[in-house]
Amino acid sequence: MKLSTFKKGLHPEDYKYFSHDKAIEILPLPDDVYIPLQQHIGVTCEPVVQKGDRVKTGQVIANTSAYVSAPVHSSITGVVKDIDKYYHPLGMRATMIHIKREGEEEWELLEKTADWKWTPKEKLLDTIRNAGIVGLGGATFPTHVKLNPPEDKSIDSFILNGVECEPYLTSDDRMMVEQTDKILLGMAIMMHILEVKKGYIGIENNKPEAIAQMQKRVVEIGYPFTVVPLKVKYPQGAEKMLIYSVLKRKVPFSKLPMDVGVVVNNVATAYAVAEAIIESKPLVQRVITVTGDGVNEPKNLMARLGTPFKNLFEACGGVKDNVHRIFMGGPMMGMTQYHLESPVVKGSSGIVAVTGELVEELSTFPCIRCGACVHTCPMNLMPMRLSKFSQARAIDKLDEFGIMNCIECGSCAFVCPANIPLVQWIKVGKVRLREEAAKKAKEKA
Amino acid sequence: MTEQKPAPEELKKEIKLETTPEKETIKEIDEKPKPDPRRRLFKSDRMTIVAPAPHNRGNKSVPRIMYTVIAALLPAIIISIMLFGTKAMITILVAVFAAMVAEYACNKIMKTGLTIDDGSAILTGILLAMTLPPSFPIARTALGAVVAIVFGKMVFGGLGANIFNPALLGRAFLQASFPVKITTWTLPAFAGVDSVTGATPLGQYFSDGTVTSLKSLLIGNVGGCIGETSAIALLIGGIFLIIIKHADWRIPLSYIGTVFVFSGILWLINPEAFPNPLFMMFSGGLILGAFFMATDMVTSPVTPMGTWIYGIGMGVVLVVIRIWGGLPEGVMYSILFMNGLVPLLNRWTRPKYFGEIQIEKKK
Repeated sequence: MKLSTFKKGLHPEDYKYFSHDKAIEILPLPDDVYIPLQQHIGVTCEPVVQKGDRVKTGQVIANTSAYVSAPVHSSITGVVKDIDKYYHPLGMRATMIHIKREGEEEWELLEKTADWKWTPKEKLLDTIRNAGIVGLGGATFPTHVKLNPPEDKSIDSFILNGVECEPYLTSDDRMMVEQTDKILLGMAIMMHILEVKKGYIGIENNKPEAIAQMQKRVVEIGYPFTVVPLKVKYPQGAEKMLIYSVLKRKVPFSKLPMDVGVVVNNVATAYAVAEAIIESKPLVQRVITVTGDGVNEPKNLMARLGTPFKNLFEACGGVKDNVHRIFMGGPMMGMTQYHLESPVVKGSSGIVAVTGELVEELSTFPCIRCGACVHTCPMNLMPMRLSKFSQARAIDKLDEFGIMNCIECGSCAFVCPANIPLVQWIKVGKVRLREEAAKKAKEKA
Repeated sequence: MTEQKPAPEELKKEIKLETTPEKETIKEIDEKPKPDPRRRLFKSDRMTIVAPAPHNRGNKSVPRIMYTVIAALLPAIIISIMLFGTKAMITILVAVFAAMVAEYACNKIMKTGLTIDDGSAILTGILLAMTLPPSFPIARTALGAVVAIVFGKMVFGGLGANIFNPALLGRAFLQASFPVKITTWTLPAFAGVDSVTGATPLGQYFSDGTVTSLKSLLIGNVGGCIGETSAIALLIGGIFLIIIKHADWRIPLSYIGTVFVFSGILWLINPEAFPNPLFMMFSGGLILGAFFMATDMVTSPVTPMGTWIYGIGMGVVLVVIRIWGGLPEGVMYSILFMNGLVPLLNRWTRPKYFGEIQIEKKK
């Protein structure tokens, strides 16, 4: 059978063998958690607790009334020690709430939802918002916004993203194998909210166990979902690529998936939705893969949000002496970590420590115009030209060559034989273009 | 996301993982070195690298591409040494040596880092030698190699900056300077008595209309340049390059295909006046040019559409030069001509980006 996929893209060595057969373990409760106020795209939350307050697990500690936002909950029971700037995994210092664990764990649950099938849509969306659920694949866009498209958009398909195309990561894979029913339930709830009939589950073919398990349970429970095995290719997990792979629809430039009638959500998000609606649990934990050849015992851990990365590494037997890079997320788009005190946030799907054996530092050569980046870019851009324009600050050229289409997947920099940091320059170019546009807008005003 | 404005080199700063917690007072340290949790993770004062994604890389590199192309040329080199004897070998070695010396000198004068180890100078030397007749004088071969490197590549700023294929530029210089020597062909050793001068198949055809048999053309026991005579050896290397994706398959296909179709049409119109298309395909330097010179990454377009135009353009120019031009062979000029258009092709043939078509339809 020919598996469907998208055009171009590449196939990096996936290194999933470190942890793909390790069952999810629950990490012991950490003594300290550092919970950032902003873990999502949208408006930053304001803290609603003060230094010295006692908080329960699941209690809202920061919130805002803005629509595009999601509240933040305490992930352990204890005392608020401080609200200060701490190391954030995205490479800056951000305001976080430091909570010290004290006493037995007590839960503060959300308002109970009766049978979700007969609950009004607005109520379910409210519960999802109150649970603080955001896209857990890494983009962290608030889920209740995604599930509530404007009236004029007609949504006809729902895609569950179980692709996990980044090398190393296995958290979604393990979730699909171990929490199949809850994921499917979460998907059913989201489809109910959207009033969508057609549901697809996209899974890459390098996860045969997950595909078999999902297929089996879909048939047994009798959901009207289609499991779509996909050819292994990076960056298939990107929303636009996944929609093309599954439905052969192209999302136009600067439009959203809902413009072509599709909503995409991650399996971890589906799980969190099911937890919130069925068990009234807010989002206080997530599965995170701790892996890489620099970790002694790679594992998939269910960790509380805010747990410092060092706790995760300790639970995995520490890191090897010759660790070279540590990054959160996959190697293609992940952020390097400079401090192990940084906490797990809603968007962390994995933390990877690699030794120099797999990541070699190569010297940079001049561009030989081999066209590898052009032949690989899933968005059909010309990265070698864009990076040159970006270096030369040729702002109008950047716009002409469609720099804003770039999804920053890093494929171009991966394939470049000259080792030119193409995607990095494109990111710089985007900033330069935005700065220029802002300047022009200012001059007009 | 924080977005800084870094020069890529500056991005790769090594940042030391701090081994003492931030707010620790001096007093505490004086009393007792506190066991730090990170000590267990990092035994020594480990340095890790903080750099932007991606954190893994593909396995291609510029030197690897260059050396692979050289390896793909080996069958043709071996056959040519078998055919033309030590003269061919000496010509190749001299060209490579001169090219490397020229590049070294340029590196010193231009105060760039040493670039002779990236393999491109070696490749230029080999390719230049393969386009020369075996009896070409050694000193002039060396001169050609120096011109190829200095005026073909280094004056533009080195590897990646040149517009024209350096080896062909070197050859064009030699052809203009020594037109007689460069068209004096030695027949291969086993085609007859050693060191007998004769014509190339194309030269023969255009002077008296003799069509060399296809078998001779494929094996290579015909007169011609060192590297262009054996079509089979070149095809083995060329197809290898295409399979491992170091050469774009569109270029040889569109180039040779255009020559075949264009000359085929002419042949169908009047078989008496025009050569048959198979003869056109396998004679002269077309195979060498199409697989190894036109596919030179630096001087060929990057977009699929541009590549088709480039290949078809070369094919048309080649047939026109061979049939209506004053020269029996036109591979060199056809490639150089289209090389000049590559920057424009790259600009004109921007691929439509993902989702662009639909916007236009909606408008």
